[in-house]
Amino acid sequence: MAELAVDPVLPQDTILRVEGLKKHFPVRRGLLQRVVGSVKAVDGVSFSVQKGRTLGLVGESGCGKTTTGRMILRALEPTAGKVWFRRSDDRVVDMLSLSRREVKETRRDMQMIFQDPYSSLNPRMPVMDLISEPLRARAWSRADCETRVTELMEQVGLDPRTIRRYPHAFSGGQRQRIGIARALALSPSLIVADEPVSALDVSVQAQILNLLRDLQRDLGLTLVFIAHDLSVVRYLCDQVAVMYMGRIVEQGESEVLFTAPRHPYTATLLHASPSPDPHAAWMDEIDELETPAVPPAAASQVEERGCAYAPRCAHATQVCRHQDPILEAQDDGSHLASCHHQRELQLTGVAP
Amino acid sequence: MDNKGEPLLEVRDLRVRIERDTGVVRPLNGVSFRIHEGQSVGIVGESGCGKTMASNALLRILPRRAQITAGTMWYRNKAGDRVDLAQIDPGSRQMRQIRGGEISMIFQEPMTAFSPVHTIHNQIAEMIRLHDPDADKDRQRQRVVELLDLVGIPDPAQRADDYTFQLSGGMRQRAMIAMALASGPRLLIADEPTTALDVTVQARVLKLIERMQRELNLALMLITHDLGVIAHMVSYVYVMYLGRVVEEGSVEAIFDDPRHPYTVALLRSIPSLTSKSQRLEPIEGNVPSGDRLPTGCPFHTRCSEKVGDICHQRMPARVEVRAGHAASCFKYTDRSVDDDG
Repeated sequence: MAELAVDPVLPQDTILRVEGLKKHFPVRRGLLQRVVGSVKAVDGVSFSVQKGRTLGLVGESGCGKTTTGRMILRALEPTAGKVWFRRSDDRVVDMLSLSRREVKETRRDMQMIFQDPYSSLNPRMPVMDLISEPLRARAWSRADCETRVTELMEQVGLDPRTIRRYPHAFSGGQRQRIGIARALALSPSLIVADEPVSALDVSVQAQILNLLRDLQRDLGLTLVFIAHDLSVVRYLCDQVAVMYMGRIVEQGESEVLFTAPRHPYTATLLHASPSPDPHAAWMDEIDELETPAVPPAAASQVEERGCAYAPRCAHATQVCRHQDPILEAQDDGSHLASCHHQRELQLTGVAP
Repeated sequence: MDNKGEPLLEVRDLRVRIERDTGVVRPLNGVSFRIHEGQSVGIVGESGCGKTMASNALLRILPRRAQITAGTMWYRNKAGDRVDLAQIDPGSRQMRQIRGGEISMIFQEPMTAFSPVHTIHNQIAEMIRLHDPDADKDRQRQRVVELLDLVGIPDPAQRADDYTFQLSGGMRQRAMIAMALASGPRLLIADEPTTALDVTVQARVLKLIERMQRELNLALMLITHDLGVIAHMVSYVYVMYLGRVVEEGSVEAIFDDPRHPYTVALLRSIPSLTSKSQRLEPIEGNVPSGDRLPTGCPFHTRCSEKVGDICHQRMPARVEVRAGHAASCFKYTDRSVDDDG
């Protein structure tokens, strides 16, 4: 979890290290479409993930979590930064400096699971072809594909007899299982899952969450789990990084971050999430945390100084508006927050 | 939570069928619920449970090939008369008066409620004119600004002349609430009002709905799949599954002491922010589709507490498990049965 290290040698237990990752989209105006500014969708994100662990990337819409996830796989070209990845052959590569062929080769070790099980599967392909597509792209024989697909279907809890069916014959939960089987086809070591349960019915969500947990344990997978629902993240993730307007504002072990948050934004998210218990407090302290009715603007187009959260933060002072806070540890080093006042603030999280 | 006296709305045994090219779908199979004046009621369930269909039936805005086949929807209007909404012609003047004038609705996606080519002022003013034809231009304007201020939109006088696409998601939701309140309704139906919003914005919009409900003594019918939202927003809950109410009771009864196996399973299957992760217990299988309804109890195909063959043969009757808390399950019926129509 080091910040902006330049050493490309990853500790042996680390599989992924993202350093200073940025994605700026140009804003063009006028007849000549001159670039007048940029939207900083992701603005200097750094983290690392150890083998077999789950990192939750959380935040509200527009915070840059999906963009970050896509850049890790180089599905989106970053503006700057490094993505160090330990491949299954133990070679550490920077995803962003690889050639197209090398990216393709490396991607067998890293796969993505998408949010919408309805639009991420080609409706004209039977399950067999959908799941085996990555295998066929690597010239597997038809017979080998079929054996592997059958095995994968069993692994994710699909009936292998449905191998010739088309996506429309499956429910949302089953389609998500197809998406997961497809992601597992080449036995990746890292999976980036982008809101994989938020389009599913509540009773089906639990099936998929348990499946991801089991697969991770059985296959030793490393998971980067992108989500907005904090209770889902608490269930699945060992570590959490909270993003706000393109930056990580707090990062740490899941239990610590949920029970003792250090950034006011994290505390706000925790207090604003209604828990399914009519006796639990909800929103009681929200006005002490956040000034009401300031909409979270999409990533800012202006060159701003100071903390991005300051306009909404009830604790903001002069220094917050003029000086950028840095993501730093307070004591033990594993819990980072980017808040000028993290030492004085007495923030409360959820009950331990 | 005043449950005494005549309810504002009483829906009894409501059934809806839809003719499709592929067959008949039955989204509502005998739904009963009641809402008292000023009461907040939640209707919770997963996709396909009929919760949205129930509110659309109330306002008689069902899809073209859908038809109410049985049931009554007695509503007590502002004049004190009881009308059966199931019997009114959907296109009649009387129904239009009720829609908006008596019962207003807010939706998940505010852009579907607003026209993109008219200013917010013009759209809200139209609602005011519909129900108060005597209001002159100045009064309309004043009322629009008041409403926007009431729902917490900053600079209401200026924002009134904006178009909806100029507002953020949360502000748009507030503008929609202002529009829904413009005609002075007595019942507000909110169908997944905050599902598309970020959690901090959701919290503020829900607090606003709660405040409006209290200050204007509105009855609220909150439809959602989100058990967290239900737990904090309403006093009485109906749990629906496949077009039926399977359990109903006070919000405390439902969350502290759920009785129907579906409610129990649903509460066990959701991760909670406040309790550390024991393994979730998912409900096996999927919600059956509306054109292939199971026989007997609708939940028997996924139920882990079946009492016997009766579960797939007969429909369990609604049983009061204790005062003000009822469930439809053979666990509580002494095998007494309710004929399925």
